[in-house]
Amino acid sequence: MAKHIGKQSIELEKNISIISTSSIVGTKEGEGPLREYFDVILTDNLNGQDSWEKAESKIASDSIKLAINKANLNPSDINYVVTGDLLNQCCGSTFGVRGLNIPFFGVFGACSTMGESMSLGSILLESGGAKYVVCGASSHFASAEKQFRFPMDLGTQRPPTSTWTVTGQGSAVLSINDNGPFIKRITTGKIVDLGITDANNMGAAMAPAAADILYQHFQDFSLKPDYYDVILTGDLGEVGKNLLIDLLKNKGYDISKNHKDCGIEIFENKRQDTHCGGSGCACSAVTFAGYFYNQLKYKKFKKMLFIPTGALMSPTSVQQGESIAGIAHCLAIES
Amino acid sequence: MGKEISKQEYQKMVEKKSPNSPILYNCIKAFIVGGIICCIGQFIMNCCRLFGMTIEMSQIYTSSILIFIASLLTGLGLYSKIGHFAGAGSIVPITGFSNSVTSPAIEFKKEGFILGLGAKIFVVAGPVILYGVLTSVVVGVIYYFLL
Amino acid sequence: MDYLKAFIVGGLICVLGQILIDKTKLTSARILVFFVISGCILGGLGWYQKLVDFAGAGATVPLFGFGNSLAIGAMEEVKKVGLIGAISGGLKATSAGITVAITSAFIMALIFNPKEK
Repeated sequence: MAKHIGKQSIELEKNISIISTSSIVGTKEGEGPLREYFDVILTDNLNGQDSWEKAESKIASDSIKLAINKANLNPSDINYVVTGDLLNQCCGSTFGVRGLNIPFFGVFGACSTMGESMSLGSILLESGGAKYVVCGASSHFASAEKQFRFPMDLGTQRPPTSTWTVTGQGSAVLSINDNGPFIKRITTGKIVDLGITDANNMGAAMAPAAADILYQHFQDFSLKPDYYDVILTGDLGEVGKNLLIDLLKNKGYDISKNHKDCGIEIFENKRQDTHCGGSGCACSAVTFAGYFYNQLKYKKFKKMLFIPTGALMSPTSVQQGESIAGIAHCLAIES
Repeated sequence: MGKEISKQEYQKMVEKKSPNSPILYNCIKAFIVGGIICCIGQFIMNCCRLFGMTIEMSQIYTSSILIFIASLLTGLGLYSKIGHFAGAGSIVPITGFSNSVTSPAIEFKKEGFILGLGAKIFVVAGPVILYGVLTSVVVGVIYYFLL
Repeated sequence: MDYLKAFIVGGLICVLGQILIDKTKLTSARILVFFVISGCILGGLGWYQKLVDFAGAGATVPLFGFGNSLAIGAMEEVKKVGLIGAISGGLKATSAGITVAITSAFIMALIFNPKEK
């Protein structure tokens, strides 16, 4: 059985293997530097539907089915699907999973959802309660803008600290044994809030949570940052990345050599006018399911620390003057 | 373990690391686009005057025509592109008000004609009309007592 | 000449808005509200009309002009019908603009769908 280690971590004993992944992305992500690694690139972000929200649900459902297919399984073989998104009451996922007839845990961790769903999926498998679990997360640029900011056609400028919500869903099928890559260790984040209120500077709101969890992970397992080939955060963007590296230096860890951020990898910020980088649940989900899973599978990297980061807030909380709370979840994946 | 960082210290750190808006460049763009929109307005106004309208009448025509054009450009998806370039240059003119009425109307029609389009059409314009009218009532009342 | 005046005055008012946006991180909705209220106050003091006389559309097209019309409308109506004019005057003077804005928005919403940036 799994062991609770240190303050916030679990060491998994069974070989929890990521047997397949799938990634579906929107048009803009399809023009980015990682385009070759995505399974499906939409030609129209409405995805044949009549609203952004329905488009997101269709993406979620297609991606889950594709991941199951790629693992040579049927939906009836899957014991649980654990997935989430950014929309009110998790509707993006709910209506995506509706037709699949698989027991469903809907989760919300803002942009850290992929970390949350993979952590919970691993725990389900470790407990012996499941044989196959699908974990995923989705977001859609237009549905997120509509809910959190302004209508699409309102003519405003985006400040230089802002990020671009990734359209897409990344899914992963987890099982026990098989060929890996394997999820070895989990560190679950706590909410860290250093009082950032600027909703156009999410990287700054999330960096303290990422620093906190990384510190805790290294402490709990007595590891040094250079144990990992890659330390991959979710969607901190340029500003958040710099802040994270500085915050961790203050705590005595230097990750500047092997740190990467999905938000920076997924777009070419200058050419694609995405300012600080990508964000949203799908940012870490598709970057992991596309590029980084591939690299682990073909052993380009052997040991990776995956830390999706989330900014917890709602339009209501922001309007009431609440600050933006950060969270991050940490998964050590080794091939 | 390193020292815990306070909210104030972190705020300072964030300000140092966050890039500022290129304010001079933005201002030049806003100046040019805002100026052009006003010139188009002046052109419409001069035409109205040529047709022998009073100044008040031509002002009403000018605003109405500009508002309609901006609404059409919003529908065609062009106004957000102008706005992305011009910033305040296309927000501050009356065309920006029109854009703020049309864009939510289009965005929220999927939620129905009453509580979607009908209610959300005022999501930005509502406060503008509310506080504008409120101020005008105060101005009118003060004016009455000064008269 | 009137085009040059309109260009410069209109452009400068927009620059003021841009500085507010970049320095204070105000959203565009707040900027619009700020401009209408200020225009209304400046109109009530009788100062804005001088700028309108000088710059024409350069002063009426920015939202200051909308606020100014509200104030002038209220004051004119007070002159004509007394205190009740303070209530009816503002909207009366701006009714055309508001009506065009909401009717054309409705028509556009019937025709067009939202477009991604």
